[in-house]
Amino acid sequence: MAALISRLQDNRNVLGLVFLVPAALLLLVFLTYPLGLGTWLGFTDAKIGRPGVWIGLENFEYLWGDSVTRLALFNTIFYTSVASVIKFALGLWLAVLLNKNLPFKATLRAIVLLPFIVPTALSALAFWWIYDAQFSVISWALTRMGLIHQYIDFLGDPWNARFSTIAANVWRGVPFVAITLLAGLQTISPSYYEAASLDGASPWQQFRYVTLPLLTPIIAIVMTFSVLFTFTDFQLIYVLTRGGPLNATHLMATLSFQRAIPGGSLGEGAAIATAMVPFLLAAILVAYFGLQRRAWQQGGKDA
Amino acid sequence: MAGVTITAVRKWFGSTQVIRGVDIEIADGEFCVLVGPSGCGKSTLLRMIAGLEQITEGEIAIGGKVVNRVLPKERDIAMVFQNYALYPHMTVRDNMSFALKLAKLGRDDIEKRVARAAEILALSSYLDRYPRQLSGGQRQRVAMGRAIVRDPQVFLFDEPLSNLDAKLRVQMRTEIKELHQRLRTTSIYVTHDQIEAMTMADRIVVMRDGIVEQIGDPLELYDTPVNTFVAGFIGSPAMNLVPGIARTGGASPGVEFEGGARLPLPRTARAVDGGRVLYGMRPEHCMLGSGASLPAEVVVVEPTGADTQLFCRFNGQELSLLIRDRATCRPGDRVALVPDLDRAHLFDAASGARLAA
Repeated sequence: MAALISRLQDNRNVLGLVFLVPAALLLLVFLTYPLGLGTWLGFTDAKIGRPGVWIGLENFEYLWGDSVTRLALFNTIFYTSVASVIKFALGLWLAVLLNKNLPFKATLRAIVLLPFIVPTALSALAFWWIYDAQFSVISWALTRMGLIHQYIDFLGDPWNARFSTIAANVWRGVPFVAITLLAGLQTISPSYYEAASLDGASPWQQFRYVTLPLLTPIIAIVMTFSVLFTFTDFQLIYVLTRGGPLNATHLMATLSFQRAIPGGSLGEGAAIATAMVPFLLAAILVAYFGLQRRAWQQGGKDA
Repeated sequence: MAGVTITAVRKWFGSTQVIRGVDIEIADGEFCVLVGPSGCGKSTLLRMIAGLEQITEGEIAIGGKVVNRVLPKERDIAMVFQNYALYPHMTVRDNMSFALKLAKLGRDDIEKRVARAAEILALSSYLDRYPRQLSGGQRQRVAMGRAIVRDPQVFLFDEPLSNLDAKLRVQMRTEIKELHQRLRTTSIYVTHDQIEAMTMADRIVVMRDGIVEQIGDPLELYDTPVNTFVAGFIGSPAMNLVPGIARTGGASPGVEFEGGARLPLPRTARAVDGGRVLYGMRPEHCMLGSGASLPAEVVVVEPTGADTQLFCRFNGQELSLLIRDRATCRPGDRVALVPDLDRAHLFDAASGARLAA
């Protein structure tokens, strides 16, 4: 017996498996199990306090006909696309600015990162106050300047609320995009710009023909992450509007939570969450196949 | 095509002065090499000609036109970078035609120019490849192709061969020289490698610490270096510089070394009696012999087949010697070093300046 154990200890494959166990266990317990359970719940009629039974696609059929769910799907797509586009544009612009030789470069970069560091719940509270119907600092400032005569109801009107939450999300998401793109910009050798300026490229042409193509792989990664984060956003909406007014800002994540926990319909909530997966996968695949790998990156022989 | 005139140019980076008053006149069609140890300012000077660095003081003119305030793209120059700076996301064809497209040339014209450059550089079959898929030498050629297609007034080369292995470097050296003989475009070439400078240049500019030490054609620098720096920098293996004291009072003027050894003055040299001097002799201009000589001990013998390099010790100083024959001596042997007086040099020990009649 002792001999067998010592022989196994010398076996590379056995040892490898043994070393793999802790990590695999962690992944199984904390990642695979919750995900699997969530997905499984989506196919049951589980309620809080009652284990469900398998009902196939019934939840999804019901949800497809449910106007609130459809609205949440529309909201999520609208929220994600508008916020992502703005985050990309602002983030790229900031990154290009920060890549220049500015005074107090390090300080400026640190400041840009701030919104990303503050806990979302906290910054959401701040925005809640900024958007308050009576005490909004924006409304106050605009009335003082004489631009408006009536306080804006930021979170009370459906479209106002949509754009207000998008603005808060952009404020929070821009630093991630900007700093990551800045890191990407810094990997671009300055000699490309020198060569381009000798080739006769204007600053805009240098950006268009050198910076942008060379940054594409990083843009693909950053924007994939950004889209994933935005699509699954929960905290911001939950603190700011709880999905209101009239479900105008309900995203799939918030709706899923509302149906499952306060509403008690675990199965239905899980089904909404599961329905997000195909969208997320699609986003990843688009980024992966569409942008990330280009012919020029695939090294032939590396000489 | 055009000449380049550099007049009293100075350059400060903050409070450090890296170019300290440089005057160079480069003729139309000339191949001029700027050479010097790293940090001597040669690359900065080239980048100032290209317009990538501001000129703090002085004037640079290309083709008679002062370009201090002219944008790089309007100077009608092309530059080959040390790392080639080929756009990695463009094919060889796109890399070469980028500047032409920006200049809004017609498609046929672009096609024709790229084809011609590709043919000159033997790149025709690689036009659709990306830089990543090319070898070092091919990338180097693409970088030159990118310069050639524009048919500029001046080519600038910034250490273009230093990323290549030794064998390829020799080959590309020849190719660049051939190209220049064919196109006759004024070229300014920066290198730290004196062999590259010697083999390629019509004229060499030796720089150190932001100033020009000497300008001349390769053999001029080799035969009559103006000071010990140029003497030690040009030629490989480097010139031996042996400290001694000039004795010009007697009938046979010479130099006396520590330990009593004595050599006659080099043929062209003139020195003040009792002055401290450096006796310069190139390894290839020394022989083993007898008579007026330096007694030395052989330390290392390095045969290369064609010739033999000897390292000898004289007064604790290592001297090298290049002899055409196979050496019969061995480490530990006592030998006598005899310089070729027609080709020996004499320098002032304090200033390093050449002492000549």
